[in-house]
Amino acid sequence: MLVLENVTVTYPTGITALDDVSINIEKGEFVFIVGSSGSGKTTLMKLLMKELEPTSGKVTVCGRDYAKVKRREIPKIRRKIGMVYQNFRLLKDRSVYENVAFAQRVIETPTRYIRRQVPSMLTLVGLANKYKSYPKELSGGEQQRVALARALVNNPEILLADEPTGNLDPKNSMEIMNLLEDVNRRGTTVVVVTHNRDIVNMMQKRVITVKHGKITSDEKKGGYIDEV
Amino acid sequence: MKFSTLWYSIRQGVKNIRRNLMFSLASIGTMVSCLFLFGIFYMIVVNFQAAVQTVEKNVTITVFFDYGLSEEQIAAIGEEIRYREELNTIEFVSAQEAWDKFCAETYGEENASIITDAFVGDNPLANSASYEITLKDVAKQTEFVEFVEGLDGVRSVKNSEAVANGLASLNSLVGYASMAIILILLFVAVFLISNTITIGITVRKEEISIMKLIGATDFFVRAPFMVEGVIIGLLGSAIPVIILRYIYENIIEYLMARFPIINILVNFVTTEEVFATLTPLCLIVGVGIGLFGSIFTTRKHLHV
Repeated sequence: MLVLENVTVTYPTGITALDDVSINIEKGEFVFIVGSSGSGKTTLMKLLMKELEPTSGKVTVCGRDYAKVKRREIPKIRRKIGMVYQNFRLLKDRSVYENVAFAQRVIETPTRYIRRQVPSMLTLVGLANKYKSYPKELSGGEQQRVALARALVNNPEILLADEPTGNLDPKNSMEIMNLLEDVNRRGTTVVVVTHNRDIVNMMQKRVITVKHGKITSDEKKGGYIDEV
Repeated sequence: MKFSTLWYSIRQGVKNIRRNLMFSLASIGTMVSCLFLFGIFYMIVVNFQAAVQTVEKNVTITVFFDYGLSEEQIAAIGEEIRYREELNTIEFVSAQEAWDKFCAETYGEENASIITDAFVGDNPLANSASYEITLKDVAKQTEFVEFVEGLDGVRSVKNSEAVANGLASLNSLVGYASMAIILILLFVAVFLISNTITIGITVRKEEISIMKLIGATDFFVRAPFMVEGVIIGLLGSAIPVIILRYIYENIIEYLMARFPIINILVNFVTTEEVFATLTPLCLIVGVGIGLFGSIFTTRKHLHV
């Protein structure tokens, strides 16, 4: 589903963010990618979203070799990937409903389907009664749930979450993680980048540890490995 | 593209204008001021050129014929002259008409008949039949005079070269100068307006990148901005056109009523004529800048 083969990313500044990284994530897996800031996690996410080209190596997502994907095909690939960010990245001037509906409008879903699917997605994340609110009227946890609803409304094959609990308190963090687990149970591949030790330890999923751009461990099931 | 997407883009474009009201107003304001200045200048130039052309068209060339030429021969010369493209008007003045006109101009309408009666049957201006000619373009006078002088049966051609040359060079000077100033004004307008649009879109960089990461195509992201640009362009160009039209109509009326002498000196170009060109020109510039400004500016932020 997600394959990185000997991927190296060197920025024009000369900093090597990823150094000969190989990862293979199968369909339906739930994977944590952990590491301290500056370890290369965000670069990894950008690679998967095709926001960034690797300096060398091969990235394959949903069977597509990214090197062969033309610029105009990128939107189609991104529609198979739901993305959740630490700072939520909601459209601030649109209501909760519009933020979620937007993801459907992008793929030209007929309005009558949007009217059906958005409320059911908001119900799933527990925000059915806040569909008229604007992001600034919501708590961090609620905003992240809107972001999650937006990421999921198009039934993506993969859900990427970049520090989804970074701005949330433990209670909200747990709720988000439970939602992600639900999503994973329905068959979506979930990749969570985080440095939240408690969550990783509690969930007991596959954990890939990145340090200074290299993979230092890949445990099938386990907790947060302390950096030495 | 589906109809629902098109409709969505249009609605979003309209909403964007309201959401970013300050920037929309700034863009419209910039466009209004630029096109207003441009319009004022255009109206002045058009009227000036029209005035010069009026003067040009009144520069007469008089063609006299060889002695004893028959009416048919004179008519034949007239035919040859009529083929010339630069010809504006041609009028035959017979010897008698020339004499009557001379008397009227010299002795006044009332006394003219005394003189003409005294000379009945003996026209001192016999052989002074002529064609009085005006040209469309005074710059072509020399060439035209050479042609007429070369015709058989033409005795002499009277024209004022100094006036013709003076007018011709004045006209081309005004033409070039106004072209240059209009171009500079347009350039300034394009620069200022696209700058304002650029700022308006740059503040929405984050929004664009979110859209792109969700999987929006470039066109989907861009369409509302294009709609927005076109609406801003339409408003920004329609407003100055309406104001200019109002001003033009009223100022001419006022000037004519207040200073009647202007009527004699200048023939103002009619409002319809001025705005037949100015309206589409402003609309094209406004909508064009709005549309292409938003296309080029969004392009910068689409590489996400």
